[in-house]
Amino acid sequence: MMSTTEIRFSGFGGQGIIRCALITGKALSLYDDKFATMTQSFGPEARGSACSAQLVVSAQRILYPYITAPAVLMALSQGAYDKYHPEVIPGGTLIVEEDLVKLGDHDPRLQVWRVPATRVAESIGNRLFTNLVALGFFTAVTGVVTAEAMKRALPGLVPGRFLKVNISAFEKGYEHGVQARGAAAP
Amino acid sequence: MNIVHADPRGVDSGAHFMDGDHAIAEGALAAGCRFFAGYPITPSTETAERFAERAPEVGAMFIQMEDEIASIAALIGAAWGGQKAMTVTSGPGFSLMMENIGLAAMTETPIVLANVQRGGPSTGLPTLTAQQDMFQARFGSHGDYNIIALCPDSPQECFDLTVEAFNLAETYRTPVFIMTDETVGHMHEKVVIPPADHIKVVERNLFTGPKEDFRPYRFDSQGGHPMARAGAGYRFHITGLTHDERGYPVMTAAQNQVVVTHLIEKINGNAECIIRLEEDQVEGAEVLVISYGITSRIAVRAIAEARKKDIKVGALRLITVWPFCERRIRELAGQVRAMVVAEINYGQMVREVERCAAGRCRVISVNHCGGAVHDPAVITQAIEEACR
Repeated sequence: MMSTTEIRFSGFGGQGIIRCALITGKALSLYDDKFATMTQSFGPEARGSACSAQLVVSAQRILYPYITAPAVLMALSQGAYDKYHPEVIPGGTLIVEEDLVKLGDHDPRLQVWRVPATRVAESIGNRLFTNLVALGFFTAVTGVVTAEAMKRALPGLVPGRFLKVNISAFEKGYEHGVQARGAAAP
Repeated sequence: MNIVHADPRGVDSGAHFMDGDHAIAEGALAAGCRFFAGYPITPSTETAERFAERAPEVGAMFIQMEDEIASIAALIGAAWGGQKAMTVTSGPGFSLMMENIGLAAMTETPIVLANVQRGGPSTGLPTLTAQQDMFQARFGSHGDYNIIALCPDSPQECFDLTVEAFNLAETYRTPVFIMTDETVGHMHEKVVIPPADHIKVVERNLFTGPKEDFRPYRFDSQGGHPMARAGAGYRFHITGLTHDERGYPVMTAAQNQVVVTHLIEKINGNAECIIRLEEDQVEGAEVLVISYGITSRIAVRAIAEARKKDIKVGALRLITVWPFCERRIRELAGQVRAMVVAEINYGQMVREVERCAAGRCRVISVNHCGGAVHDPAVITQAIEEACR
């Protein structure tokens, strides 16, 4: 991992986008010995429409708190993909929800991963877990954060009675990510 | 001053991934605050939520009041009832609190108020960041008085400075403000809350002598004169009117001179003990960038860019905004070519810098109104311009 990695999580309000950034930030800064700063879109316009959270990850203390050249974009909606793919650095990673995002003319140098997060979430009972499936996939394909740290970060950030099912959603997504990585390996 | 370790009941020791607003509530609880009265307002509400959630665990009282005027009045009552008390608000609520901030200053009541700043004036920009209330914090209530204001730049500092705010409030018997902003308030980072026995807390200085000897005030230009708890058997009077050492009204020009001088000098006279600054490469700097709160973290990138161009840039971050660091600015004005002051307002603290620099170096204001942090390139440009 580079000394600083910038990540944008995006989608629409209600998908648990901010929660994705919170879980990842907590995992990195409390359990993976990294520094992480999370800032989010905040306002009445965030609910139901475009929503994004920024996460700066570094081995050193972070001073500038915003992303300017993200290496990773997770887009769980068409609007988020359209709006944010141009900012991703060449060679960066793009993760999209494959049923919700129709890929367009993004930079061909991006490494693109498609995850059926909503379908997987529905298969374990509820599409509310889409964000955790996507996060598991993100963890497997980017290697920015360890799966162990992510699972440790969940208590307190998901409702206690749904902790187990959130963990299994994460694990399903992670398995998909590992398979996708294997399939993509030369 | 009676310094003790924090009461472990209020200290949620350990590492957290937390936003600035929550860290303020945790800092208050660690400092021994057991009374919170407030009225919800974006972007400060998360502090109230956190305090309300934690209050039953630590035996604290949380009241959602009918408005901000009542909130700050309740704080003054709670403080004279023996509690450490705080509230949190943003611009419009801060305006409503101004009258009783004056009452707290006049009656030398230790209270803590956090203002999570958003764009103004009026309801302005409820969800967006600003640093537009800096002068209101110092001069917002009528008459001459003084206060202390601190400006955190991270969630960790929100915790640390809230503890310090309570300690300063007790030490100088004055309202203390935490002047943060929406960005820091809602930013999540790691916050380490130390064990209770690593947190120093200044206890309320309570009078213990014979009842007939108690005086609620002493106009000696120092802070920290002992208080008595209402109901503890000491007889005293608290009023916003100009008063004597017993607290009874004395409506003369001479007494106003005595009281007001004390209110101002107890803070100005101890400014060197109160003021905290963070300096980086100030020695030998040609240009000094002065900023505070979130803007100081944006300025870091601008300064790094300027240094790549071999410009000798120093940075000075105001951790204590009020009292203003007059002595240090006067010193540095004789050493640098220019001072660049970056802030998210139409130009507030830059006036203090100009006053203290007194024409001995150029002072350049890099400001814009509320709603967004700076583009670092704009600050870099100002640094380059300052060298010309």
